[in-house]
Amino acid sequence: MSWLAMIVAAAVAPAALGDPTQEARALSLEREIRCVQCENEPIAQSTAEIAADMRALVRERIAAGDSDADIRAFFRTRYGDFVLFRPPLDGRTLVLWLAPLLLAGAGGWAVLRLRRGQPTAPGDPEESDR
Amino acid sequence: MIAEIGAFCAALALALSLAQGVLGLRTRGRETRAAAAAASAQAAAALCLIAMACLIVVFVRSDFSVSTVVAHSHIDKPLIYKIAGAWGNHEGSMLLWCAVSALFGAMFAGMRGAQSLGLWSKALGVQGFVTAGALIYTIVLSNPFARLDPAPLQGLGLNPLLQDPALAAHPPMLYLGYVGLSIPFSLAIAALLEGRADQAWAKALRPWTLIAWTCLTFGIGLGAYWAYYELGWGGWWFWDPVENASFMPWLIACALIHSAIVTERRGSLASWTILLSILGFGFALLGTFLVRSGVLTSVHAFAVDPSRGIAVLVLLAIALGIGFGLYAMRAHKLSQPAGFAAVSRESMLVWNNFGLAVAAGVVLIGTLYPLLVEAMGGGLISVGPPFFNLTVVPVLGALLLLLPLGPMLTWRVGDARAALKQLAPAIALALITVIVALWLSNWRVMPAIGLGVGVWLVAGGLIYLWTRMQRGEGRALAKLALLPLAVWSMSVAHIGAGVLTIGAIGETAFRSERGIAMVPGESVDFAGRRISLMDVGQVEGPNYAATRATFRVDETGRSASLVAERRLYPTSGMPTTEVGILGALDGDLYVALGEPVRDAPGAWTVRLYHNPVVQLIFLGALMMALGGALSLLTLMRRAKAAA
Repeated sequence: MSWLAMIVAAAVAPAALGDPTQEARALSLEREIRCVQCENEPIAQSTAEIAADMRALVRERIAAGDSDADIRAFFRTRYGDFVLFRPPLDGRTLVLWLAPLLLAGAGGWAVLRLRRGQPTAPGDPEESDR
Repeated sequence: MIAEIGAFCAALALALSLAQGVLGLRTRGRETRAAAAAASAQAAAALCLIAMACLIVVFVRSDFSVSTVVAHSHIDKPLIYKIAGAWGNHEGSMLLWCAVSALFGAMFAGMRGAQSLGLWSKALGVQGFVTAGALIYTIVLSNPFARLDPAPLQGLGLNPLLQDPALAAHPPMLYLGYVGLSIPFSLAIAALLEGRADQAWAKALRPWTLIAWTCLTFGIGLGAYWAYYELGWGGWWFWDPVENASFMPWLIACALIHSAIVTERRGSLASWTILLSILGFGFALLGTFLVRSGVLTSVHAFAVDPSRGIAVLVLLAIALGIGFGLYAMRAHKLSQPAGFAAVSRESMLVWNNFGLAVAAGVVLIGTLYPLLVEAMGGGLISVGPPFFNLTVVPVLGALLLLLPLGPMLTWRVGDARAALKQLAPAIALALITVIVALWLSNWRVMPAIGLGVGVWLVAGGLIYLWTRMQRGEGRALAKLALLPLAVWSMSVAHIGAGVLTIGAIGETAFRSERGIAMVPGESVDFAGRRISLMDVGQVEGPNYAATRATFRVDETGRSASLVAERRLYPTSGMPTTEVGILGALDGDLYVALGEPVRDAPGAWTVRLYHNPVVQLIFLGALMMALGGALSLLTLMRRAKAAA
């Protein structure tokens, strides 16, 4: 039952941004904002100086009362779409965001079509694991 | 001289592979031709292995007249990394690819079993052409034995990130997995050429899929473990394009393992199994392309050379073109209507395939989408963890929800009510987990559901073992020992998936982290422990200089010391981190040393992480790989018993 202990530990962990919900928001935003200097790393993980500055900026905006959407928009206008690991929903990314639904729909249709056959006699349980 | 022997062996292996291809495909029912194809396959494999051995020898001897050695080795490098350096680079890794492909071809040639002459020899022929294609690419575009004149006195060294035991083993495991998928591909093409895929064919397919999947599981697990302790940010999976490149063939191989069972046992789903075999190898080639072409900027992509990338794409287009073309022309000939009920073992395996294939498709689109947008002039966008966590994770989660039901149902027509009744304790346990997790985590819904799914998988797997045990006779322990190996292998892999789920959700949702500046002598309270920076000093390694920080960790009842380093390898000028990890029952305390603080002399940035149950992630992956290996053992035993 070690996961119980860990949830308790996580709940009482100290936070750097005064308010624990604000700190959690900062940490999760830092994981989806891309370090503009590094290769495919979020600012939460990068050791580059610019990433440290960007992290400070996230915390500044949160302390100033900005919402998550405000902060994403702020970074987007500053550095472009590239900076967000969560691609925005617009004309270019419509296919991307619809793809999971389209694939699931096509797959589901194929499965249902496949199962036209008639079931035969009940199976033999012993056979199942030979 | 040794380099020339290697190059000569590779060229000779190419000629033999081509002979294997032609002889295998043009057997015309003659056993002697098939035997000649098999002999060619075995000779080609021996030659490829000699070539690989030659490459390792020039690396060990630091022969700087060979340009690959100059670019990727160094006299001061420890011996194990000189050896690993032979495949830790583009040219050497391609030679390894060829060697594995030839070796698998030779093994396939020696394992005909009950396969018909036509299917077996044609598959052998296709495999010959696969090896030949890889050899042509290696010899023409990335010759690992190319000489350099004049020879320099010293090499440039291996990327320091790669100088690590886990990463020395990571590429060969992935390549065994990728190339392992070439035999199912060859078998699929042979089935399409012959116009039939029988149960002996599916039986021949299964061990190769299992080899590929087991090696991919182990290789990906090693890579994740390496990322965890080497990259210094506490993460283990980032949906990086190169990680995705290995994850897509893994998903397809996982689907193929399950669909091949249906084809072998019930004779149905043959055409879908063939399609998956083609797709699996396609994804393996795509993975090779993504990693080796440098088309995606990512921490893993070391090689940058577009001409090579285009050549891999051409090989991919040939393989997929022939595969899909034949499939479109011939697949309808082998379609057998599947006879099974909506609730049956088969239908569960079909939904398993649905989930894995949809997940692979979404990963594919997400990975390639930024390239497409950029190519169409849409600018730069990033598709990262938020997208994949929102799309792939729910698909796989739904699949995992169904998983424990599968083994409880019989073939053809299953009894859902009876299965659910038997699984009731697991359902109850999972629901209790969700409620307790919700209560303790301040109503965070998704992590609570995730933990519930993990518990459901583990408990469901244990209940399956228990129900199988009830059929045996004698005492409990004897019954457990007498369970068929197939039951064990499946249960270990499925319970491993649950263990991995609990670890992944626990680590991702409940980790705590903190970055602070510390001067030696300072202490900080973190995750129920008191962490003190004792001192920071310089140490010399065999081929690097390191800044080493020593910490003391005090918690109630015990104290321990922890060392974290920043290493600088002068040959590359690239700093690397060596994190300090202190494992405990509730998870890892993970400490990474950052840079000195700019305007506070003597202070260092230190990043502290507490990663709960993170060990379960790697334990779960290991259990899945073990399940695959046990399943392979089962198939080998059966083949022996049948012979």
